[in-house]
Amino acid sequence: MKHFNHHIFRALFFFILMFCTSALFANEKEKENKGGEEKFNAGEMIIDHITDAHEWHIMTVGETAVTIPLPIILYDNGRIVTFLSSHFPKEYKLETEGTNKGKIVKVSENGDVDKNAGVPLDFSITKNTLSLFFSLIILCVIFISIARLYTRNPNSAPKGFQNMIEFVILFIRDEVIKPAIGKKYERYMPYLMTLFFFIFFGNLLGLVPFFPGGANLTGNIAITMVLALFTFTITTFSGNKSYWLHMINTPGAPWWLKIPIPLMPLVELIGVITKPFVLMIRLFANISAGHIVVLGFMALIFIFGQINTGLGYGTSIFSVAFSVFIGFLELLVAFLQAFVFTLLSSLYFGMAIEEHEHHEKNNIEQAH
Amino acid sequence: MSMLSVIMEAANNLAPIAKMGAGIGAGIAAIGAGIGIGRIGGSAMEAIARQPEAMGDIRTNMIIAAALIEGVALFAIVICVLAIVL
Repeated sequence: MKHFNHHIFRALFFFILMFCTSALFANEKEKENKGGEEKFNAGEMIIDHITDAHEWHIMTVGETAVTIPLPIILYDNGRIVTFLSSHFPKEYKLETEGTNKGKIVKVSENGDVDKNAGVPLDFSITKNTLSLFFSLIILCVIFISIARLYTRNPNSAPKGFQNMIEFVILFIRDEVIKPAIGKKYERYMPYLMTLFFFIFFGNLLGLVPFFPGGANLTGNIAITMVLALFTFTITTFSGNKSYWLHMINTPGAPWWLKIPIPLMPLVELIGVITKPFVLMIRLFANISAGHIVVLGFMALIFIFGQINTGLGYGTSIFSVAFSVFIGFLELLVAFLQAFVFTLLSSLYFGMAIEEHEHHEKNNIEQAH
Repeated sequence: MSMLSVIMEAANNLAPIAKMGAGIGAGIAAIGAGIGIGRIGGSAMEAIARQPEAMGDIRTNMIIAAALIEGVALFAIVICVLAIVL
């Protein structure tokens, strides 16, 4: 029986190989008719999917590209200029090389880039901004409806979707926020909950391959920088006196690290800046790396497909299988990165508002 | 003699050397992350074997520590990517 299956597989393999060679010739003829297709550039495709853009490219059917043109809003020396990205007026163009690559620059009448005028400030609704709005809408719809359910039936058991969200909220509150911050946790809970759910839904939306999802929202370093900046601001403004005193005069460190050259305060100060910076880099790198891996597997299909169509089909089985596996890993990473960001933020808040009991020498003497 | 010409060539144009350096750096970062997370996984397994009731707590702490180490490794990867594109 096994011997029989072995022969079947060999026959199938050679059958497919026969088709491959004929398909190869057919491809060559098509290329000559079209006058040469463009070579598939994997790096360019990956970069296009990771970075922000002024239009939302959904798919390319044949020669036409189905995109959603997004509004461009520029602030140019006091004037606010708006136009859709599909109809650029003749004064502006998207620079494709040089130092201003990717930005919108002013163009003078004869078509050259106007080097004397500054680059206008770009406040447009880009792909990531639109994805941010989707995330916002989803968050508001879910949480406002759940809050309304709580106010309407305050004493009844939760049912359905409310159950699931309540489980996650209680998990974050009891395992992350309360142990880290202590008694005054309720002041920081709105920010930390919003942070967790925003990052979680942003990560999940980035994994969905079709329209409202698919933008690399939390893998955009500007967005993670803003989140880290919020955490930094709240930590700095809620630091109490003992927090700052411990920074200048760290308890437990030997005196020679503080007095001639204040090394310990320097290290603590660098720590204050580094901790939010690392938060920013961690979230950005994790999410972007996940997207790049999935896109790399997809690009592999097209790279092999250019050599030989049958090889492309064969690679697609493995690539899609790997991508599904990486997709599951990315689900775990989506939750984990949101969890770690929230955990570290709450730890920093806890350290900032911590009240230290002053260890008095009297207690030790009384123990004897 | 050919070594000298290779070195002189490298001194003129450093871009390929930057890419090689970035690749080596990314490899070392992966090794570091692998060693660190491997040790965490190993000690978590031993701890669960000693006290199976604490499995939930140990699992949670293991995942948190792994995420922090992975953050450091990805920090190194970001620097390597900067070395390639800048």
